[in-house]
Amino acid sequence: MTALFPSTPRAERDGSPAARPRGGPAPRRRRADWRAWAAFALLAGPMLIGLGVFKYVAIGWSFLLSFCNAHGTIALGHWVGLDNYQQLLADETFRGSIGQILLFTAFIVPVTFAVSLGLALLVHRVRRGRAVLRTAFLIPTAVSYVAASLVWKMCLFNGLPAGIANMMRGWFGMDAVPWIQTTDPPLYWIVLITLRLWLQVGFYMVLFLAGLQAIPRDVYEAAALDGATGWRKLRRITLPMLRNTSVAVLMLQFIAAFQAFDEFYNLFSSGLSGTGTAPVQTPLVHLYNTAMGAQNYGLGSAGAFVLTALIVAVTLIQGRITGFGKGEE
Amino acid sequence: MKTTLTGVLRAGLRGLIIGLLTLAFLAPFYLMLRNALMDSRGLTSPEWTWWPTQMHWENFTALFGDPSLHMGQALGNSLLIAGITAPASTLLASAAGYAFARIPVPGRGAMMALVVATLMIPGSVTFVPTFVVVGSMGGVNTLWGLIVPGLFNPFAVLLFRNFYLQFPAEIEEAGRLDGLGWFGLYRRIALPSSGAMLASLGALAFIDSWNAFLWPLVIGQDPSSWTAQIALSTFLTSQTINLPGLFAGAVVTIAPLVAMFLIAQRYIVEGIATSGLKG
Repeated sequence: MTALFPSTPRAERDGSPAARPRGGPAPRRRRADWRAWAAFALLAGPMLIGLGVFKYVAIGWSFLLSFCNAHGTIALGHWVGLDNYQQLLADETFRGSIGQILLFTAFIVPVTFAVSLGLALLVHRVRRGRAVLRTAFLIPTAVSYVAASLVWKMCLFNGLPAGIANMMRGWFGMDAVPWIQTTDPPLYWIVLITLRLWLQVGFYMVLFLAGLQAIPRDVYEAAALDGATGWRKLRRITLPMLRNTSVAVLMLQFIAAFQAFDEFYNLFSSGLSGTGTAPVQTPLVHLYNTAMGAQNYGLGSAGAFVLTALIVAVTLIQGRITGFGKGEE
Repeated sequence: MKTTLTGVLRAGLRGLIIGLLTLAFLAPFYLMLRNALMDSRGLTSPEWTWWPTQMHWENFTALFGDPSLHMGQALGNSLLIAGITAPASTLLASAAGYAFARIPVPGRGAMMALVVATLMIPGSVTFVPTFVVVGSMGGVNTLWGLIVPGLFNPFAVLLFRNFYLQFPAEIEEAGRLDGLGWFGLYRRIALPSSGAMLASLGALAFIDSWNAFLWPLVIGQDPSSWTAQIALSTFLTSQTINLPGLFAGAVVTIAPLVAMFLIAQRYIVEGIATSGLKG
């Protein structure tokens, strides 16, 4: 057919300005003309300027500020060299907060991963009403950490004379405990982890569901012919086929855990049944107190760089191990 | 599918587990609404009631009547901020994504690398640097200070660029023959064809903006520039013991998003799936 009816219209073969092979890339001119530049500046310019000011300029300025004694000012003044960094790394609370976030991440990432994958596998196998179930698990994603912290703090784990968790302990003849204040054993971890699970699991479940839908059916049919059963199918087919999704989910979860702030701020700040001194502080809470509370922007900037360096380092290591970013797309 | 006894049992067990989990996931919503409609006495009584015998809707009116809470203005601020941020940031990312995908100018790759490099630095760690810049421009306690830094989303640029790279060139051909330039091609052909993508990333941007906490806490120090989340958080961490009011406040701050979720569900699910996988 193509031989009989050439698919290239005459105009294109004639080499008119619009000439180019069908379906090929947009015409590439040897030198970009001013029209292309004008359009590029119009379309990409605002984004480049915005990222330039709010990322590059911001980070550059803050980097200089981290070598300054900037108390209550953001002007580059008293140069103090590495003092801020030394002070920060000598600070017990900052070092403690780094330890806490590492521990928190080590807990929350595998737990969220397992629960969201498990939920996705459960929901995926449901034949009728899958959309309704997906909504039920996804809808907590719409809730802010502030509102969720309120329910967890004032209704589930403390407050309201007993709270649901203590009411349930009562059914088994156990005494009520102050969940958020109890540090030994660290019962507040249960509060932190269940809250984050409720808020985030639906999001990652949707990612896994999308991954599960992309696995072709005949792979399972072929495996079934070979006599593979449930568990083996999961280990040999489903999990390897979800590899890309899994790596993406791990990366997203890691970054989300490392940036934890909202629930720590709202659960542990004083007022109502919060504690006077928080049992745990994340680096971001520490940074917030340093920069916004004590107005020490030099020290705060130094903290931002230490934390950024840590996150970038771990992300790169994780990318190296899991091969993220080298996928087909 | 086998219909053996164990098969039926397993299906039943699975149904039971899913049912219980669904209830557990929906329970906090029920608790929030129940508590918002009780009165203080009933709420703090050790006697458990499933649903208030008398609906105390006045908890909601009292919420807006109390001038110290600033709830009405905070909700207005949030609507304004998310209402501007979501469409504006999505449109900006779409335009930039198109330019990077289609317009051949020298140095395009290097500029894209600069955009992608900003992805490496997590958003909430940069609040000190961003505060330094926005503060020096007088953006503290202003709406622009709350809105503008959130308009530039490099991740969305990357997603749109990938989208427009896969966009079939034939469709643009007709427009080119009609004499459209690059901007015209984007404006008349590419943009109208990316409706689903705009809707899904826009919905996600709205959710992010509505639920944002750290940045509004940093920049909105005066009650007149509080967002709904800051107003609720201030209420939660204050010393007042108005529990029903507190839960009414939570209901009010999450209601707009839950409503949007139920309406724009398809786009939100699509948005999550794309933004998670192609990153």
